[in-house]
Amino acid sequence: MSETNQPGPPGEGDGAQAPDPAAIAGRERLSEQVVRTGMFGIHGTPDTSGYGGLKVRKPPPLSSPRPYGSYFDEVTDALAGSLERSGTGFGDAIERVVADRGELTFHVRRAYLVQVARQLRDDPALGFEICTGVSGVHYPLDEGRELHAVYHFLSITHNRRLRLDVSAPDADPHIPSLVDVYPADDWHERETWDFFGIIFDGHPALTRIEMPDDWKGHPQRKDYPLGGIPVEYRGATIPPPDERRSYE
Amino acid sequence: MSTSADQADTAEGRVYNVAGEDWDEVLGTAAEEAERLGDERLVINMGPQHPSTHGVLRLVLTLDGETVTELRPIVGYLHTGIEKNLEYRTWTQGVTFVTRADYLMPIHNETAYCLAVERLLGIEDRIPERANVIRVLLMELNRISSHLGGIGPLGLELGASTVFIYGMREREKVLDLFELITGLRMNHAFIRPGGVSQDLPSGAIEKLREFLAVMPGKLGELRALFDAAPAFHARTKGIAFLDLSGCMTLGVTGPMLRSTGLPWDLRKSQPYCGYETYEFDVPTVTTCDAYGRYLVRMNEVDQSLRIIEQCVDRLSAKRPAHDPVMIQDAKIGWPARLALGPDGLGPAPDHIAHIMGQSMEALIHHFKLVTEGFRVPAGQVYTAVESPRGELGCHVVSEGGTRPFRVHLRDPSFNHLQALPAMAEGGLVADIIPAIASIDPVLGGVDR
Repeated sequence: MSETNQPGPPGEGDGAQAPDPAAIAGRERLSEQVVRTGMFGIHGTPDTSGYGGLKVRKPPPLSSPRPYGSYFDEVTDALAGSLERSGTGFGDAIERVVADRGELTFHVRRAYLVQVARQLRDDPALGFEICTGVSGVHYPLDEGRELHAVYHFLSITHNRRLRLDVSAPDADPHIPSLVDVYPADDWHERETWDFFGIIFDGHPALTRIEMPDDWKGHPQRKDYPLGGIPVEYRGATIPPPDERRSYE
Repeated sequence: MSTSADQADTAEGRVYNVAGEDWDEVLGTAAEEAERLGDERLVINMGPQHPSTHGVLRLVLTLDGETVTELRPIVGYLHTGIEKNLEYRTWTQGVTFVTRADYLMPIHNETAYCLAVERLLGIEDRIPERANVIRVLLMELNRISSHLGGIGPLGLELGASTVFIYGMREREKVLDLFELITGLRMNHAFIRPGGVSQDLPSGAIEKLREFLAVMPGKLGELRALFDAAPAFHARTKGIAFLDLSGCMTLGVTGPMLRSTGLPWDLRKSQPYCGYETYEFDVPTVTTCDAYGRYLVRMNEVDQSLRIIEQCVDRLSAKRPAHDPVMIQDAKIGWPARLALGPDGLGPAPDHIAHIMGQSMEALIHHFKLVTEGFRVPAGQVYTAVESPRGELGCHVVSEGGTRPFRVHLRDPSFNHLQALPAMAEGGLVADIIPAIASIDPVLGGVDR
């Protein structure tokens, strides 16, 4: 096996044929960022596993092709029509559509979030009456889009669910607030601000909700330690969970 | 003996520390103060330690006489970092954490989380039938214990202490069943990704049948006590009004939504764990008030008993030779082979003999599964179950590792407490108590 974990140059006879799509996909894959090396989260100790040189690359962002299946195509068409009537292109507002594991996700550009949410609520063909809240996710390796706010919607009329995924960079952690459209998001947005530091522009009172008012930092971010104290037993110490060997 | 209320002048006005038996004194000086300032507003801090707030909930009330003009709920006193902790444990260990969120519905927390992990793994349709029946059985038992734990304190807060004692007594019957089946009264960690941790112990079916025989009578007693109490009716009917549009706007689900007449129940509309195969009704009323929510909860307890009866019938039917309660996948199912020995529950002796004496690969496999856990393919899912309080959602993100990347519990109590100002502002200060009780919030779930 070569040192770099790269395949060798293509053999003779490949040259005359059209480029193999699998080979192109493979090369693209290998140009992705390395997110993990080794196999067992061990660094600095003698590695007897033989996996020390392994490099795991970041998977490309998911994007589903049509047809999505289930009610997903109908919802997508309804949203596209609704957005067009209000003068916005579907492609401008929605970056990617992901239909994965029986769930539909729209990755929305943050500038269009409020507009998309308003269509989801007001267009009878969509009819998402309830937003069941915001959940933040921090992807420190996803450069330029580290902070994600994930909204889940429920339509009682059509018995459907839908997810909007909005991202913002760490350097500019602003996402427009949905409280005007879905008042139920009030506390959920406060919680996401509290835990992730995402600033929801237009929220009526974006204050901490779970942590004390004078708390420093946003605890659910990946760069915030879990905390904890080492446990001592008969002279031996077990470090707190976030400092233990991790089998990632 | 009357104690004197501490008082101090601050920039916001005069502040009193009420110590008990000094309310007249506070009101007396407040009246003087009001006359001096020409303003009768009284700002009262209620909680976070207050028996009627169902936990460490704090309310800041602005009163005009006895009318609440502004109510601000403040939460966060019970935040324990459950979601953060999950990111440092394996997928299986995660159950131990989520069960502690809303501690009055541990089984629902576990199920919502496990359904999410199973969807990420793509094994939803490989969960053994018996595991699903046990999950439904435990969830419905939990619904009964949770509703009784909500209705009983409602009685206590309105002065009916017998109702409280009766409610807690019947709840104890469910907790005894939990102890028999899972080993613990709460914080069970019994439902695991792939199934449940063990089968019903011997004698459980008989105990469940006993429970089903006595419960209807006990519930009748409880109803009779409520029905005979005029104070209960006077203090709950027309109180804490929230209609359908209010519920929709504020994302309110569960018994509060069903008290507006909308029969929305995820067990019917988006069934999970095989709920579509059980016969039960979705009780609704159209009063939109605290009394209606009490009625919905009582009727739901009856329906839960119906479902439990069907579960018990299925569990006591003749079993096929191979009838597991954990997924038959050696890469995921853990604990897979447990047996009851003289010193308690542990790995089955034949399993120990196999990994220690016969197969090095099996030992490695066992060791990896226990220490490292299994990997879950990258992606994100949201699963929701109909908990006793409403839609309990679980948003789980995996990056392909052996630990959750992010787990978020969309707790119904957290969402519903937002509706408290809409239900209580403009009403009397005394009506806040039945309003909170009709939400039935559990602060362990709110703060997580």
